[in-house]
Amino acid sequence: MTTTTRPAAPVDPAAPARRLGAGALALRQGRLEITQFMRSRESVVFTMGFPIIMILIFAAIFSDEIAPGVSYTQYFITGMIATGLMTGSFQNLGIWIPIERDRGVLKRYRGTPMPKWVWFAGKVLMVVAISVAETALLLAVSVAMFDLKLPGTAGKWFTFGWVSLLGVTACTLCGIAISSLARTARSGSAVVTPIALVLQFTSGVFFVFTNLPSWMQQVAALFPLKWMCQGLRSVFLPESFGAQEPGGSFELGRVAIVLALWCVIGLVLCLTTFRWTTKRDG
Amino acid sequence: MDDELAISVRGLRKAYGDNVAVASVDLAVHRGEVFALLGPNGAGKTTTVEILEGYRQRDAGEVSVLGSDPARPGPHWRSRVGIVLQGTGEFDELTVGELVSHFSGFYPDADDPAKVIERVGLGAKAKARTHTLSGGQKRRLDVALGIIGRPELLFLDEPTTGFDPEARREFWELIRDLAAAGTTIVLTTHYLDEAEALADRVGVIAAGRLIEVAPPNRLGNRQEALTTVSWRTPEGAAETTESATPTALVAELAARFGGEVPGLTVTRPTLEDIYLKMIGH
Repeated sequence: MTTTTRPAAPVDPAAPARRLGAGALALRQGRLEITQFMRSRESVVFTMGFPIIMILIFAAIFSDEIAPGVSYTQYFITGMIATGLMTGSFQNLGIWIPIERDRGVLKRYRGTPMPKWVWFAGKVLMVVAISVAETALLLAVSVAMFDLKLPGTAGKWFTFGWVSLLGVTACTLCGIAISSLARTARSGSAVVTPIALVLQFTSGVFFVFTNLPSWMQQVAALFPLKWMCQGLRSVFLPESFGAQEPGGSFELGRVAIVLALWCVIGLVLCLTTFRWTTKRDG
Repeated sequence: MDDELAISVRGLRKAYGDNVAVASVDLAVHRGEVFALLGPNGAGKTTTVEILEGYRQRDAGEVSVLGSDPARPGPHWRSRVGIVLQGTGEFDELTVGELVSHFSGFYPDADDPAKVIERVGLGAKAKARTHTLSGGQKRRLDVALGIIGRPELLFLDEPTTGFDPEARREFWELIRDLAAAGTTIVLTTHYLDEAEALADRVGVIAAGRLIEVAPPNRLGNRQEALTTVSWRTPEGAAETTESATPTALVAELAARFGGEVPGLTVTRPTLEDIYLKMIGH
């Protein structure tokens, strides 16, 4: 490829490309994303309502204890909190980014002086807002109706914090990465939903993890959701339940390692595969 | 390259696999000019324009847009170029006002959003969600987003496709306003009357090559082309002939009929006739 050797713009090249600072741009973008999310009723119902509805249904059907002092409902709720974090990040982005790409929204952003990272920052702020709201909602319902105990020590809150943060980060990056697999607006949901559903069945959300066939456990252990569930159980279930886990303890060190690894994998995939335009757009 | 040139292109080439979309295009667009790119679907119009807009990478050729290479678009360059794409990027959940105001934040010297919305004729729709707009109104919104940053150069890719005639006329007025204010405009279109109404010069692109560039009234030697003169004979039969000297022919006919010539029409080839001939129909 040959290019012109002529120096750049005749106007002062140091002239600012925008008048807003980086922080202001990111916050505006985040606010816009959140507004768009809140106004699209289906995604609010799907993302925010789904975990609540599932908890109400499962709690009504199953009421047995799975270990002394631990009801199935408590086990299931911790799984649904993890699922909620995954839905708001992985599924939400994996479904919506292909739609925006297909509609030309991303292409339009690329035609403006907006720095690329601002768009990602907007998505991250939206995911964080959804995750916080979703988790608060689930905790409120669970504490009010199903005897879930909020973490009693600072250490448990800390664990709750880092497991959620690492989990959401991994799921956000994977959601952005997987959005590039979808060729059209519609296929985003076809790619992402089965993955999310299979993970929910095999990672200890709907069924007690240790009751699953061991090959299934081993497959699920490759993915983040299993570790997010396990990390959250260490927060919400009694210490003694750790002995019931597959490794004989909650294995928080391993939780951190696997989730961090998925953050790295997700980031690398994002950086190498992300597309602003559809394939037919070149 | 000339500072008076907004766009300068030499030997531009782009292929997708075996399919050569742009074989060789040379092009110069002056600052302040309205330049129309005409051509059938698949001729390479959109590919050419998207390379100039910094969306696609070229295979070969020298390209300078506002003095910079669009293959490496920086934010400063982006802030000087306005783009109205063919497909509308839809933001269904936002209102016209919210969207235009949001985009204004990306530019260093953005126009007042309310003023721009008024200017494109969407004043009454500022609080409407974008998905409630008609096709023509959406296109106006696209233009509002294209001009909110006060671009020096504005690209319009088939801006009036799907407009009713009245909406097109109003749209043309808007483009003329922008051009009068000094904005360089590059427009692709299928409509020859649009090119004729708006453009200072027209480039015809076919099979990946720019086959002619001329002011619309001179395209394809239109001025020198034969004029068609038709009339009816006293017996009522239609008579048609092509003439290089139609005035003389009409005078002769008038003398022959002793006054009014029945069913007289005198037509020069339209831009469309010339264009269709050029692209091989």
